Amino acid sequence: MENQLQNILSVSELAIGYGTKKVAEHINFSLEPGVLCGVVGVNGVGKSTLLRTLAGFQPLLSGTIELKGQSIKQIATEKMAKELSVVLTESPASKNLTVEELIALGRQPYTNWLGTLTSEDKKQINESLDAFLLTNLRHKKCHELSDGQLQRVLIARAMAQDTPLILLDEPTTHLDLFHKVQILKMLRELAHNQQKTILFSTHEIELAIQLCDTMLILDGKSNPFDDPCQLIDQQHFNSLFPSEMVQFDPQTGTFKVNK
Amino acid sequence: MQNAKTYRISFVFLGIALVIALLLNIGSGSVNIPFPDVISILFGGNPEIDSWRYIVHDFRVPKALTSILVGGGLALSGLLMQTLFRNPLAGPFVLGISSGASLGAALLLMGTSLLTGLTSFSFLGDVSLALAASLGSFLVLLVVMIVAQRVKDTMALLIIGLMFGSITSAIVSVLAYFSSSEQLRRFIFWSFGSVSNLSFNQITLLAALVLIGIALSILSVKSLNALLLGENYAQSLGVSLQKSRMTLIIATGILAGGITAFAGPIAFVGLAVPHLTRQIFDTMEHKILIPAVLLYGAILMLLCDTIAQMPNSASVLPINSITSLVGAPVVIWLLVRKRKMMF
Repeated sequence: MENQLQNILSVSELAIGYGTKKVAEHINFSLEPGVLCGVVGVNGVGKSTLLRTLAGFQPLLSGTIELKGQSIKQIATEKMAKELSVVLTESPASKNLTVEELIALGRQPYTNWLGTLTSEDKKQINESLDAFLLTNLRHKKCHELSDGQLQRVLIARAMAQDTPLILLDEPTTHLDLFHKVQILKMLRELAHNQQKTILFSTHEIELAIQLCDTMLILDGKSNPFDDPCQLIDQQHFNSLFPSEMVQFDPQTGTFKVNK
Repeated sequence: MQNAKTYRISFVFLGIALVIALLLNIGSGSVNIPFPDVISILFGGNPEIDSWRYIVHDFRVPKALTSILVGGGLALSGLLMQTLFRNPLAGPFVLGISSGASLGAALLLMGTSLLTGLTSFSFLGDVSLALAASLGSFLVLLVVMIVAQRVKDTMALLIIGLMFGSITSAIVSVLAYFSSSEQLRRFIFWSFGSVSNLSFNQITLLAALVLIGIALSILSVKSLNALLLGENYAQSLGVSLQKSRMTLIIATGILAGGITAFAGPIAFVGLAVPHLTRQIFDTMEHKILIPAVLLYGAILMLLCDTIAQMPNSASVLPINSITSLVGAPVVIWLLVRKRKMMF
């Protein structure tokens, strides 16, 4: 029981999908505060569906999702906004917003009916700008930013929302290696320094192995969840892709192409 | 978001422009009344010619007030629709409101003969026309709202609104085919749009509707701002999508439906004004944009009406054509200049 309360997010026997179409089932994991967790798996295995279900954008098919011990079905939208923030693959609908305006929207769950920012809100916004190296860009419009900068802005917005849990759907797509590493290292710092629980989906398995505290592998069967070294020892990465195409090298934690 | 102080100068500028446009509008018309006399009549003075006072008090002032309500209201509903649909081409009429009103007016003016064989409808006044138009737009809006509760995708809703528009305009065409030239004439005159000939009672009712629309918009400021990120993000920020979508649709229905009922379908103000406003107010914050589009819409409508009544001539041009002639080039100009229509 004590252990249960400590967890920010606990998922048990979760089945996800759309209506009658089941995408993935038997998903079990739980996350403590300050943990960076990567979700990996091949295309179409249900990474995005899992994140959408966790965020409450679509109903779960069976099983339970608990936020701080409370089922997410019982949490109202307004309260949820203070517990969980998201970074989605879709870019913001209006790119005419400035960096500062977009990050300020993260404070909405805390502002009054007109959205007036208090000094506490402004402090949080400035901290988020600082943490993601955006202070110089604060007055830039979003359409003037590079992909990497925009991704940092969206994550900074989630940080400004100041929730114990942050979900990110493929935060590193469309970025070069440097920016991928940059984003993931920033997420790691955010998780460890501010005790945020961060769950993100990614195709960067090698980077995730190096940077994550725990990983969830969606393989369509048992969906193993553990820390990366354990997962390597249990040879879970070997079966992730067809072995005639790519092979996992447990020594280096990397994938090799079979020529 | 950004400090409101930055925009104070722009608001003062718009306020002055509104006063100038208002005086210009009241000061011009088919009868040439010297400007100093117009001012003195407005402040209760007695003019040289007695009829001037009636012209100003009973014709020009109500017309100017109607223009302000119509322009501001349409511009606001355009802003709401552009944010709700996150589409720069959305306007107040995308939900089929204008076509619903046209259907109502067409059924009243042209359908009576089709259904009952009656050719005389002299008992039909302007009030019943307004009533039929608002009933029509209300009915279409009701259907759209029922659909909106079932369809989760806002873009699908946009397309459904456009389809309703096509269906109703097809029915209007059928009605027009079977109606007499006199009936057709009356319908076409309604579709030209007009801001004149409203009684003070009608203006009071219109003002009440516009005020309700403004109040609903102000209550939605937070969800409007959140919707700028997209619906999923808005929901993750605590916005109840169903509720805010309904509020915005009802606000637009009241604004655009009410205005169309009294003034006829007036094109392009709702689409163009939010874009024009963003040229001056470089922000997406709806706390700033709502009052700004209200002012800008009122100014544009006053100016269009001033042009439409062709100063010193007896003829009046259809206001709907003037707003299109002004609005469409503006949208083209914005696109060419900025290459991309931002919202």
